[in-house]
Amino acid sequence: MTTTDIPRPVDAGSGRTVSKKPPRRGGRGGLRQAVSATTLLWILACLYGLPVLWFVLSSLKPAGDLFSVPLTLIPQNPTLSGFRAAWDSANFSQYFINTTIVCVITTILTVGVSCCTGYALAKYDNRWLKAFFLCILATTMLPGEVMLAPSFLVVRDLGLYNSFAGIILPAVLTATGCFMFRQFFLTVPDELVEAARIDGARELSIFLRIMVPISRPIMLTLAILSFQWRWNDYIWPLLMLNDPNKFTVQIGIQSIVGAQNINWSVLLGASVISMIPLIAVFLVFQRYVMNADINAGLKD
Amino acid sequence: MTKRASAVSASPPRRRSKYTLAPLVLIAANVVLFSLFFVWPAVIGLVYSFTNYTGVGAFQFIGLDNYDNLLGDSTFYDALTRTLLYTVLFVPLNFVVSLLAANLVVSKHAKGGSVARVLFFIPWLLSPIVVGVLWRWMFGENFGLVNYVIEKFGGDAVPWQSNADLSLLVVVMASAWAWTGFTMLLFIAAIKNVPVSYYEAASLDGAGPWRQFFSITLPSIAPTSFIVILLNTINAMKEYPVFVALNNGGPGTSNNLLVQYIYETGFKRGQIGYASAASFVLMLILMAVAIIQLIVNRRVENR
Repeated sequence: MTTTDIPRPVDAGSGRTVSKKPPRRGGRGGLRQAVSATTLLWILACLYGLPVLWFVLSSLKPAGDLFSVPLTLIPQNPTLSGFRAAWDSANFSQYFINTTIVCVITTILTVGVSCCTGYALAKYDNRWLKAFFLCILATTMLPGEVMLAPSFLVVRDLGLYNSFAGIILPAVLTATGCFMFRQFFLTVPDELVEAARIDGARELSIFLRIMVPISRPIMLTLAILSFQWRWNDYIWPLLMLNDPNKFTVQIGIQSIVGAQNINWSVLLGASVISMIPLIAVFLVFQRYVMNADINAGLKD
Repeated sequence: MTKRASAVSASPPRRRSKYTLAPLVLIAANVVLFSLFFVWPAVIGLVYSFTNYTGVGAFQFIGLDNYDNLLGDSTFYDALTRTLLYTVLFVPLNFVVSLLAANLVVSKHAKGGSVARVLFFIPWLLSPIVVGVLWRWMFGENFGLVNYVIEKFGGDAVPWQSNADLSLLVVVMASAWAWTGFTMLLFIAAIKNVPVSYYEAASLDGAGPWRQFFSITLPSIAPTSFIVILLNTINAMKEYPVFVALNNGGPGTSNNLLVQYIYETGFKRGQIGYASAASFVLMLILMAVAIIQLIVNRRVENR
């Protein structure tokens, strides 16, 4: 009771959760608080989890059972036919491959370019660098949706219309990515750079051989974020692509929704398939996402 | 090259500013991308907004006609009011729910916080299109789970899709649901940075959980709250995919929002000039929001 009363420094990793503060009004009050907090938490969590569960379970129902009343949570005759129909119909497998290509290339470029820029902004002290930092800040004020028409014309005039490059290149510059790397490199002591310089290392090799390797956690975090943004992009690929063979998954799903009569079996299958890569990436790299310092976090 | 670099370093006498070439190489790619895909579109967008450009062929400068026409365009006004209404509903809802979720997840009283955190976060992974499809599936008028449950409990089926206001409400709930995970992470980071000793001192003084929340947590996380409100406002103003997948801006055209309006005029009707003008109105609103937020933020922090 008494030993734990000493205020302890905040631990960034675990924080308040580990602080074993004694219950204030004795055991009963603490218990009541625990019960009400836990109940509230789980009611809320169910509100978030249940729609996804219902959606995924529905996608396992055969097309004929989808609307059969009474509705059942657990599919009576689970089947993968919805997925198979979605995968075969309307080039969905092609869309899936297209999206993967676009996402992977964009992510690699985004991480590379953001790492370079973030390092320059953090470790060099030139006036024009500060000006460029303000320019990057400005991009967060003007989201791409505001400049749909002119951006379209620019990409068209560059000859990138209806090509993957037209989707990839405009997406590479992200303020969030530059901020994340800048914040990270600010925490790297300048002495490390100075020491390498005294040893005669060239500027770019300091960057490539010392700084790039130690920024691996940030790279991974930005890679996950970037992959998620690009996988989920809709409006820009929609504008950019004309050839159905180049469509991305999101356009494919929207075209099923836009049909006269929605084929729910195919739509559910396609939607659930499109969720799989992100959920997989998330489950593997969960701790990087959950601990990501996205406070600079202007979502792109 | 060296001459210029030393001139720059003259004002702040710091050794590292003698490097010019390396930082220039490092930012080169981003400078090119910034000029091509930000400066260029911004400039020609502004220019086109004063023309009758259709995307192809010649065009004429028509002065402020586009802006003048926008003022008299009731479709534009409807899109603008619906967007503002959506924003006004979405931002507070997402704020409150995310803050509640963050507090419960870090609370030492609540069990299972780490599992719940994943449940809150998963909707954020889903694409806005899938979020729209999912909520359309839940809120179908004849087949949806929600109406089924309502009828099971003896209520009447609710016209979620055919009533314009209810339809907007469903999108508000869907986007708040989708955004909670991200906003919650911002709040969790902020709440964890509040020194534990504050709470311990407060509880020794007999402050209950509500009092502690309003007197310690809320003021301490004020900077994060401002970021959250700013980000959410900007994101809400430019929302489009959730609408298009959930009800396609329907019923009819009653929930066509600004981005959809810009998309339809610019790309379906080929009025690039007119759409550019509408874009700049949206941009001015976003900038006004950002500037107001910055001013308020500064005032609060200086207090």
